[in-house]
Amino acid sequence: MTGEEIREEVLDILETIAPDEDLSDLDDSKSFREQLELDSMDFLDIVMELRKRHRIQIPEDDYLNLASMDSTVTYLKPILKDVEKAK
Amino acid sequence: MTPSEKDDRRIVITGVGLTAPNGDNLTDFRAALLAGKSGVDHYHIRYVGDTLAGECHFDELLYQKRKELRRGTRAGSVSIYCANQAVADSGIEWGKIEPERVGVYIGVTEHGNVETENEINEIKAFDYDTKIWSHHHNPRTVANNPAGEVTLNMGITGPHYTIGAACAAGNAGLIQGAQMLQLGECDLAIAGGVSESIRTFGIFAGFASQGALAEHVDPHRASRPFDLDRNGIVVAEGGCLFILERYSDAAKRGAKIYGELVGHAMTSDASDFVLPNPEQQARCMNQALQRAQINADQIDIVSTHATATTSGDIQECVALRQIFGDSSTTLINNTKSFIGHAMGAAGALELAGNLPSFDDAVCHHTINVDNLDPECALPGLVLGEPRTKNNVTYILNNSFGMLGTNSVVIIKKV
Repeated sequence: MTGEEIREEVLDILETIAPDEDLSDLDDSKSFREQLELDSMDFLDIVMELRKRHRIQIPEDDYLNLASMDSTVTYLKPILKDVEKAK
Repeated sequence: MTPSEKDDRRIVITGVGLTAPNGDNLTDFRAALLAGKSGVDHYHIRYVGDTLAGECHFDELLYQKRKELRRGTRAGSVSIYCANQAVADSGIEWGKIEPERVGVYIGVTEHGNVETENEINEIKAFDYDTKIWSHHHNPRTVANNPAGEVTLNMGITGPHYTIGAACAAGNAGLIQGAQMLQLGECDLAIAGGVSESIRTFGIFAGFASQGALAEHVDPHRASRPFDLDRNGIVVAEGGCLFILERYSDAAKRGAKIYGELVGHAMTSDASDFVLPNPEQQARCMNQALQRAQINADQIDIVSTHATATTSGDIQECVALRQIFGDSSTTLINNTKSFIGHAMGAAGALELAGNLPSFDDAVCHHTINVDNLDPECALPGLVLGEPRTKNNVTYILNNSFGMLGTNSVVIIKKV
């Protein structure tokens, strides 16, 4: 998956987790928490969704990498480089 | 006891919020009952397949955001809808209420089966990898979930819990709320019962295995308490929560009062897991009458529990004969014939549907009795169409459940 494909996928996950939020003007450099009403259970939802879609296990110590869109894409790029985008 | 002290002990219903398969508020529900309108329809659930159920269609987004709906449970959502509707109906200015003085007491038949089945179904697609099991499962399945979701939604910081009492739970929630008011544990109680049971295939499969799941080509004709051609229970979902206050508080604010809880009782059969026990059911009714300090012949309407199982219907009629004899002045009806068995919500919904009788002096009927079972032929049964009765003053509401739990409440016109 390319960086852009990963971004699209994370956006798709966020739409599911935070269906009341407007994601159209999401700033990729800012943390999700600054822009969206997300709590720890929501972040676990992101981890769970990635696990379901790609069978990847993100260690708890790495959760900080999911703080913003930029950091998430940077973190996931090497992990998902050989993976095709989920349909 | 001085009159004011006595008024502090009197518990009245000042608000009703409900969702039933044939109505999402008391006005519509009552109109459906008087019009003979069923809420039972075709229904499909995984593994069991096509069956029948009473499904509610209230607006879930009226009081919840989509994210809250996703995170919570159906029972929580039903409870939130009913609680908010009840508060609105009561005319209470919610902003002036002390949230720590509000208690939430919700009767449930069961809770957690739906959510656990969902997770099992989810991990099945991943070869039963438990790493897929949701972190939401525990907060969704704790037994207090439906009541807890109400407190989260409404900012209530008083006590909240559910009352697990099988299908006697609707009355049990009401009784619990009243007792907590009398004990001074809260000043306002949101109490009644809810059910999300149609979302679990297990309840349908369980009743089917027991030979107690209704079937009929016409869904509206499927729930047939007291009819010889009945063939079991139609499972339904729903909820009904009441606003309960001390009479003194209600009178002070000039509240509309639906009725006063003057008698209640709960008993146990101690005889069988599923078969009812008419002796204990009768004892329960007697205890409630004694608390109300009235005789059986003063009851104007009996709202029966009968679920359309042969044993359940007949045994309840045995108990009713013990209490009411061959009286034709006490009218008897059944709400499950319209909506099916709403489990934890049943007792509360069935009471609510009868409360307007205090004002309109009409007893709603029982539908789908084409061939009355002679063993259920009580003289007061109202069949086919509603019946007018002058001066409805007392309603007795029966609600019984598995493991032999019985609950009865008596409501008096104020």
